[in-house]
Amino acid sequence: MNSRERILGRVRRALADVPADETPYERAVPRDYLREHGERTTEETVELLAENLTDYRAVVHRTNREELPVLIMRLLDAHGSREVLVPEGLPPEWLSATRALRVEDRATDTPDRLDRVGSVVTGCAVAVAETGTIVLDGSPDQGRRRISLIPDHHICVVRVPEQIVGSVPQALERLDPSRPLTWISGPSATSDIELDRVEGVHGPRALEVILVG
Amino acid sequence: MSGTFVGMPAFPEAARDAVGNPTLRGNLRHATHTIRAKRDRAVAELADWAQLREAGRRIKDHTLRHLDRYLEQLEASVTAAGGTVHWAADAEEANRIVTRLVKETGESEVVKVKSMATQEIGLNEALEAAGVRAYETDLAELIVQLGHDRPSHILVPAIHRNRGEIRDIFTREMGSWGRPAPEGLTDRPADLAEAARVHLREKFLRAKVGVSGANFMVAETGTLVVVESEGNGRMCLTLPETLISVVGIEKIVPTWRDLEVFLQTLPRSSTAERMNPYTSTWTGTTDEDGPRAFHLVLLDNGRTDTLADQVGRQALRCIRCSACLNVCPVYERAGGHAYGSVYPGPIGAILTPQLRGTASEIDASLPYASSLCGACYEACPVAIDIPEVLVHLRERVVQGGPAVRRGNKVVLRPAKGHAAERAAMRAAGWAFAHPGALRTGQRLASRSRRLHPRTLPGPGRAWTGSRDLPAVPAEPFRDWWQRTRGGKDAK
Ligand code: SF4
Repeated sequence: MNSRERILGRVRRALADVPADETPYERAVPRDYLREHGERTTEETVELLAENLTDYRAVVHRTNREELPVLIMRLLDAHGSREVLVPEGLPPEWLSATRALRVEDRATDTPDRLDRVGSVVTGCAVAVAETGTIVLDGSPDQGRRRISLIPDHHICVVRVPEQIVGSVPQALERLDPSRPLTWISGPSATSDIELDRVEGVHGPRALEVILVG
Repeated sequence: MSGTFVGMPAFPEAARDAVGNPTLRGNLRHATHTIRAKRDRAVAELADWAQLREAGRRIKDHTLRHLDRYLEQLEASVTAAGGTVHWAADAEEANRIVTRLVKETGESEVVKVKSMATQEIGLNEALEAAGVRAYETDLAELIVQLGHDRPSHILVPAIHRNRGEIRDIFTREMGSWGRPAPEGLTDRPADLAEAARVHLREKFLRAKVGVSGANFMVAETGTLVVVESEGNGRMCLTLPETLISVVGIEKIVPTWRDLEVFLQTLPRSSTAERMNPYTSTWTGTTDEDGPRAFHLVLLDNGRTDTLADQVGRQALRCIRCSACLNVCPVYERAGGHAYGSVYPGPIGAILTPQLRGTASEIDASLPYASSLCGACYEACPVAIDIPEVLVHLRERVVQGGPAVRRGNKVVLRPAKGHAAERAAMRAAGWAFAHPGALRTGQRLASRSRRLHPRTLPGPGRAWTGSRDLPAVPAEPFRDWWQRTRGGKDAK
């Protein structure tokens, strides 16, 4: 008998007390928890997102489409980045003002190469107001998972209001589980020293979120 | 469960040592009190916490009661998404599988994300014996590994170390594992985090094999979920060419939607955050993004034995948030090492004896490592009635009875003499140096409600044999504890 059969056999014997006609999954789990915590206008939802991102030390900017390229230029300059990592489907106009050298996200680049790039600019799949979270799903304007990980400075553009949801349940509804997802809530942090939160370990130490609408 | 901490003294002796160590007690007290207050605030933000907790409990219970079906479904969906599924009946088999998979890549080092399952099976030691070096990359795990130490907390394995000790460990040890700590490293947490960042960077960037656990596995989609803070998890999950995840079979949830419950309750319960900095989900492999090969090792190692116990199986609902540790007055004083297992605190006291049996003195004494105050039950985001399971296991230790070990039905013999009750008295004795506290602790506090109508089982019977069962105190133990000595004696 192989281990698969052995384990499944043990499970079945262990569950001999479970009646065959037990309540099915659909009715076994009460879903009377809230879809969203409180009622908010769209603007209030955007503000809550900004507030919660800021609370976890992300830097939040608000702008419109016309001003976006200049803002990105300013942020890259302020960080002193001469190179910027770019997912292949990033709208080209976003980087139309910056002089930083565009480094395309390519499968063949080594992690060491990416480690020498100062900043990365991505879009996002969805942003969650109640938790101050942005979610990346590897779409063309977001790129491979590693590009938002290795550079020390991540600029993430969120389209307002269409990419913002209120809550975690609403975010999961919108996301495709077959894509690799990265949920980001503030810059990298640790609570490992005396259970106090300290920002800045392995992921980007600077997270800037631009709300464009 | 592999004998991680071989030769450990039984809980009361180990705890006595810990209680006598003022630095350890100070560190633990500081850390657990910090997190408790924050957690209360994070939980209070959600008006539907009680409903989320109940949904979490029901999702896990339902999954466990149909685990065979969900395991098969998970296997099919992971395989369809490009992953390879392996089954490991015990620690030794899991270690053998992982070692073989690493060897097949031709590599001699792996980077690891913090994982309770791989600690439980002693994977690092098994790899070391096969000539493979495993680098722990979670900050606290790194502190433990560099300090040649043992983990003492589920979430923060180095919780017993303060910043000064961490600075000394980094300065002394980093050089022999790779890049040394910077000259004149201070004990500022930010500087310590920076030292870890620099030390581990080169290892991440060259890593070809990553080893992880997972917080959840979704049967319907084959998706695995890792919840973390530092970004070391993302490094290990995305940079290597091969990813090997070792996950206990109880980590399944049926549907993608079920994550909406746990992604709300887990971060708030564990680090007291609205959301932890990073959560990664992946389904098999993705072309040109992340590892090209993904292996999932499904681990039993005592879980099916636990499942066979109708009272004890609820311990398998645990999502390893560590809230029960942080509120436990016994843990706060005894520290994690006294529990002699990778699972310390209240959850360890009910999980370890079930996973590896109560044959050793330490494991037989674990169900006594509690005053039954009930704070753990209240804190638990999946409502595990830890006091109920503790009493059940005490009964098992004292009276023996039927159980399942390694898949076989056995009849356990009662522990010799009244060793168990003596252990209980000693455990209580060290934890509550105050005689009044000892008496109060023995009164099953009002919050372990369900126990009262029954005659006291196990050691309780031994107690009531020689004295009257006291009335349940009007004031719950935990409140009494907070009001009186709980806050005063660590200084
Ligand atoms: S038993 Fe409950 S409170 Fe304790 S770690 Fe597990 S889920 Fe958290």
